[in-house]
Amino acid sequence: MKNFTSKHSKKNNQATITRRNFLNTGMAAATFSLATGVTLMAYASNNDKVSGKTSRWGLLIDVNKCKSDCNDCVKACSNENGWELSEENSKTDAQWIRKIDLKEMASGREISLPLMCQHCESPPCVDVCPTGASFKRSDGIVLVDKHICIGCRYCMMACPFKARSFIHEKVPESQKKSGSPRGKGVVESCTMCVHLVDEGGTPACAIACTQTGNEAILFGDLYDPNSEISIRLATYQSSALRDDLQLNPSIRYQNF
Amino acid sequence: MKSLTAILVILLSLFSFSALSQEESKISFSPKVPKAVGAPHPEGNEFMRINHPKLLLHDRDKALRLGDREIGNSLKECVACHAVEGEDKQPVTYEDPQYFCRVCHDFVAVEIDCFTCHQAKPDDSILQRLLLERPAPLKQSQAELDNYLQANEQ
Repeated sequence: MKNFTSKHSKKNNQATITRRNFLNTGMAAATFSLATGVTLMAYASNNDKVSGKTSRWGLLIDVNKCKSDCNDCVKACSNENGWELSEENSKTDAQWIRKIDLKEMASGREISLPLMCQHCESPPCVDVCPTGASFKRSDGIVLVDKHICIGCRYCMMACPFKARSFIHEKVPESQKKSGSPRGKGVVESCTMCVHLVDEGGTPACAIACTQTGNEAILFGDLYDPNSEISIRLATYQSSALRDDLQLNPSIRYQNF
Repeated sequence: MKSLTAILVILLSLFSFSALSQEESKISFSPKVPKAVGAPHPEGNEFMRINHPKLLLHDRDKALRLGDREIGNSLKECVACHAVEGEDKQPVTYEDPQYFCRVCHDFVAVEIDCFTCHQAKPDDSILQRLLLERPAPLKQSQAELDNYLQANEQ
C-alpha cells in the first residue's frame, strides 16, 4: 500500500491521509487511521469559524459511467458560474471544466472524463502565487481570491492539469452571477461551487450528472467515513490524475 | 435720514439674498443619497458612512477565505436594499450615475471596482427577504473591526 502521508504531511494543515488509505485494508491501516483521526480533530479546533472544519470536499468520477457525447456537467458549470461556453475563442475562453476523450493504444479502450481543478492537497498554484491570492481553504477547496489576484498567470503555468484560465475580456452585467463574481484581468478556476457547498449544497456538475442518469460524478466529504464517497473510495479502486506528482487531489477517478 | 434708511434696506436685502443663494448652492452641491428599500441599519447612517468599507473588507475575507457565509454585511444584501430604480422601473446598474454607490463616490471622485466582478443588480430573493426583516445588528464591535483591518494592512 502506498503511503503518501508521511512524505507530505504539513504540520499546520489538516491531516493528510486520503480516505482510501484510511479505510483500505489490514491491521496496519487501522492503527494508522486511528492516529490520523485524532490529529484531524485537534487541528480542526483551531478553525472553528470555518464551515468545513472537519471536512475535505471531494469528487469521485466514475469514468465508465461518463458518456463521451455528454457534456452536461460543462454546461451546468457554465450556467452556474457565468462563464461563456463557446467554440470560437477556444484558446482564450474560460475552462473551469472540460471533457476529455482518451484512448488506450494497447487495448483500444476509449474513455471520456471531465477535467477540472483537482483541488490538490499540496497545490502548485498556491506555492507559486506571489500575492497570496491563490489559496487553499481548510476544507480542501482551492480558490483564487480575485480581490488580490494581479493576473500574473504564474499559477496557470504551475498547474499540471491546465485547470486555470484568465479572464481576457470585460464581463457584461447580464452575464454576472451573484454567487460567482468574475471580472477581467484575474485568473479563475473551478471553485467546487463553493457558494453552494457553504450553504450545504452540491456542485452544479454533480447535480447535472445525476440528472442525466449517468451518475458519474459523486460529491462528498472525504473525511466523513460514513459518506457515500468515502465508502466507495474504500470499496473500489480509484486513482488520482498524475499520481506521480503526489499532489493528493480531492478529485478522484474510478475505473480510470 | 430717509436716504440712510434706504441704503440700509438695500444692504440688508443684498445680505439676505446672498445668504439665501449660499444656502441654495450648498444643497445643490451635496449628493442626494437615494433612500434604501428595507429598514434602516440599527447602527445608524452616520456609522455606515464611515465604516462601510471596513465592514465590506472584513466580511469578504471571512466569506471567501473562511467560508463563513453567516455574515452580517454581504455585498449582495447592500446592493439589494440600496437598489435604485431607473426610468424603466428596473434597478439601475453601476453604469448609471444614479447607482447608489456612485452618488457619493462620484462626488468625491473615488472610483470603486467592486462591480467589475460583482453583480450590481439585486437578486430578487434577497430583496424579498430584506423587505420583511430589519438588517441584523453588527456581530463584531468597532474595536474588533479596526484591529482586524489594522492587522491585515500591508
